[in-house]
Amino acid sequence: MTATQEAEEAVFVFDAEEAARARQRRMERFGRWALPIIVVALTIWGWDRVIVSNNIPHYILPRPGLVLETLIKDWPILLNALLVTLQTTVLALAVAVIGGVGLAVLFTQSKFIEMSFYPYAVILQVTPVVSIAPLIFIYVDSKTVGLLICAWIVAFFPILSNTTLGLNSADHNLRDLFRIYGASRWQQLRLLRLPAALPYFLGGLRIAGGLALIGSVVAEYVAGTGGVGSGLAFTILEAGYRLNIPRMFAALLLIAGVGVVIFMALSFLSWALLHKWHESALKREV
Amino acid sequence: MEDLVTGAAQIPAAPARSRPQTGDGAPILSMRHVTKVFGGKVMALEGMSLDIHEGDFVSLLGPSGCGKSTALRLVAGLIRPTSGRIDWGGGQQKGDIGVVFQEPTLMPWATVAQNVWLPLRLRGKSFRSVEADVKEALDLVGLGNFLDAYPRELSGGMKMRVSIARALVTRPRLILMDEPFAALDEITRHKLNDDLLALRARIGATIVFVTHSVFESVFLSNRIVVMAARPGRVLTELAVEAPYPRADEYRSTPDYAHHCGAATAALHQAMGEG
Ligand SMILES: Nc1ncnc2c1ncn2[C@@H]1O[C@H](COP(=O)(O)OP(=O)(O)O)[C@@H](O)[C@H]1O
Ligand SMILES: [Mg+2]
Repeated sequence: MTATQEAEEAVFVFDAEEAARARQRRMERFGRWALPIIVVALTIWGWDRVIVSNNIPHYILPRPGLVLETLIKDWPILLNALLVTLQTTVLALAVAVIGGVGLAVLFTQSKFIEMSFYPYAVILQVTPVVSIAPLIFIYVDSKTVGLLICAWIVAFFPILSNTTLGLNSADHNLRDLFRIYGASRWQQLRLLRLPAALPYFLGGLRIAGGLALIGSVVAEYVAGTGGVGSGLAFTILEAGYRLNIPRMFAALLLIAGVGVVIFMALSFLSWALLHKWHESALKREV
Repeated sequence: MEDLVTGAAQIPAAPARSRPQTGDGAPILSMRHVTKVFGGKVMALEGMSLDIHEGDFVSLLGPSGCGKSTALRLVAGLIRPTSGRIDWGGGQQKGDIGVVFQEPTLMPWATVAQNVWLPLRLRGKSFRSVEADVKEALDLVGLGNFLDAYPRELSGGMKMRVSIARALVTRPRLILMDEPFAALDEITRHKLNDDLLALRARIGATIVFVTHSVFESVFLSNRIVVMAARPGRVLTELAVEAPYPRADEYRSTPDYAHHCGAATAALHQAMGEG
């Protein structure tokens, strides 16, 4: 296969259009990395200039250098908070995956279960987590568990709905084929429905990753109280009370960083699992 | 892409289940006045009777909507007849069949070998234990070198070959094919027609083949069942006596032209133009 393709390419004459396209591709490859770096650098530089030329005091808007300094100086505190938030997020995401996929499988096994429980899933999804969180913290003693529940509520729905869609998206001819060969329910699930659902699930997972972070941060705000095991959101609140604006920025930077890392990790996971066969992960010429 | 040699030339002849022959012995499948009504009002098939004998190559020829797919789905046991009976030779409850759909219907996440393994896998066979059968089935369709390829790497015709290999791998008594080559270009289709006949000669398969192409049905089959729509029913049956093996040259014989003419006339009648 590859051998034939190479042979074909060798035969083609490299015409002007092709050359232009190749140039375009090179530019794009360069731009993909260079442009974000340039834009971020310009933004930071602009931010710095605005502060200097307007004499803005650091307790209102700190200079980028000061934020970086704080990040290093307060690293022990920030790292602790980061780990707490990260732990809540990852745990919530894990439970959301188990719960979302489990429910989706249950739904596809029985229409009646789906009819009975889907409304609850929707209600949980459409009710803003900030409005449920206070109740949760009243009824749940452990703050960690409360945070986890809040983050889970936000994160699990995209996984549930995407996986349900995916499980039902298996080709109907393939389903007939499985029936003809007398496949058991379990075989159908494992060999047909779950693989067919994988791309949908991974799409849901990428959304859920971001939402789990948002969920845990929002829940931390609601939970409020400090003490042991406080995350980044609490660090921001506390720094705000003390007018420690640089630390607020440093914590904010970390939250954004965590979000980006989660997104990139899940995108990579998606690529790793799909690149061999799924359209979404294929590189296409032109 | 399509200039693949059929395994016919390369592998020693497998013992055929029986010589292709028609008309004698008990039928392996017998449909008696089979009627299928969908939703209480759509008469998809009315009173279809058909006997399939070992070695038959039967084409179901007719305009779309005449119940060809419905007939195959009934035989495959995917749907039950509203009335009438479907009996298998030897008093079997269920047919031992292989199926090829119009689309290749491969699992995109699985390799070619894994796709062909599927029917055996569903019967609890490990890959190791049936590796030789999988390889042989793929050799038969000329794809012995593509075991580890993914479907997306193959052309339309090659995917169809994988689909055929999958239907063959269990060595079924009857192979059902529902317009398998309808979506392919003319050249690929001719090639696959030739190869299908070569394949059939080697393994002695019995085939029911749905098509709306007169030429395909005449070239391939010894019996052409012409069907009409609204309600779907059997109109007439034509015999094509030309002996197998039929090579590409058969397409330029007067006999072929004659049968094409007869089948075309029957088809026009089926479509209410004759
Ligand atoms: N599951 C179904 N429900 C309702 N009507 C159907 C169903 N399957 C087929 N039909 C109808 O039965 C008729 C025959 O269909 P089909 O067997 O697919 O025809 P063909 O394969 O010859 O084109 C058509 O009118 C079609 O609309
Ligand atoms: Mg059809």
